[in-house]
Amino acid sequence: MKVVILGCGRVGARLARLLLNADHEVTMIDQNGESFRRLGSDFPREATVLGDGTDEDVLKRAGIEEADVFVAVTNGDNRNILAAQVAQHLFQVPRVMCRIYDPIRQETYNTMGLESICPTIVGAKLFHDALLNPVTRSSSVMHSLAQGRSVPMTPMDHTASRQP
Amino acid sequence: MYIVIGGGGQVGYYLAKGLLEQGHEVLLLEKDSRRVRQLSEELGAAVTQGDACEARTLEDVGTERAGLVIAVTGEDEDNLVICQLAKARFKVRRTVARVNNPRNDELFKRLGIDVTVSPTRTILHMIEAEIPHHTLVPLMTLTQAGLRLVEVTVPDDSPAAQKTLKELNLPISVNLALVVRGTENITPSGDTLILPEDRIFALVTVDGEAALRQTLLPEMV
Repeated sequence: MKVVILGCGRVGARLARLLLNADHEVTMIDQNGESFRRLGSDFPREATVLGDGTDEDVLKRAGIEEADVFVAVTNGDNRNILAAQVAQHLFQVPRVMCRIYDPIRQETYNTMGLESICPTIVGAKLFHDALLNPVTRSSSVMHSLAQGRSVPMTPMDHTASRQP
Repeated sequence: MYIVIGGGGQVGYYLAKGLLEQGHEVLLLEKDSRRVRQLSEELGAAVTQGDACEARTLEDVGTERAGLVIAVTGEDEDNLVICQLAKARFKVRRTVARVNNPRNDELFKRLGIDVTVSPTRTILHMIEAEIPHHTLVPLMTLTQAGLRLVEVTVPDDSPAAQKTLKELNLPISVNLALVVRGTENITPSGDTLILPEDRIFALVTVDGEAALRQTLLPEMV
């Protein structure tokens, strides 16, 4: 699968590594050349494109015309929304996803057919479950992943609460 | 009409002022609280502090009863989101977006924005019109009809000079509206002879514009 990722921040870089390890072809776009350092020294240089990821020419340089997937994970919700719609409507990329921090904005664009992930909702849910729902906590794959583990936790101690 | 404006820069300020003077109910949203204080001095209660990209802010100011939402921030992506939220969430009938990068013009229209205004493009056209060289000057765009009103001054070395319109056989996509020769206005017909220095006004499609250029202007070297 050929994937173009806009935004080489923590999430973008990590996603790139995961996809690369799974033998997918990944191209990164970022406005700041320093960001590409997050990818590690073994990441192919030619798979990075410096420029404004909402600009058609920059997207073309990143090979968006042949991409199967486009992911927009810059820090700006609106930037991600614009870039994702460029990919969707101008380049007809088969699968387009973006990050939207604002839950209401995400809901609106969801109804408009733009696939997105809202870290605010996901994050709050993880905290909520970990705090209030011990059963979910012990079995939640999401929770294990959120803690950097790949296997579920061992059954938890239900007495865990602050002692006077 | 109730009009919500996003972005209280120079454009937003003068726009709000003008619309208020015309008797409209106007609400100007600006993120920066310092700027809001400045704007309030002039515009009073018509200014509210808030991010127009936030659906909640738009809801608080009653956007669902707005007849028009205008987004004039300095960021294209913000203007796009303001207009799309207004349309999708608040069913606002008409949205206008300022487009800073002229390349976003077409895209925004495809994404459902009713009217886009590109200051960069406008300035380029105005400067172009002031430069005396042989080119097509776009005067006006009729967005819905997909037509442009353009002006061409026939150069001395025009391949069309001393020919009648019948001979030139312009395609149907070119609609000649008027030929101005000195102070004389000529309604073009098949027998109208084209002379150097004639100013020709035509309604054209994109294809027509290219055809008109090719017919009237010498080839660029």
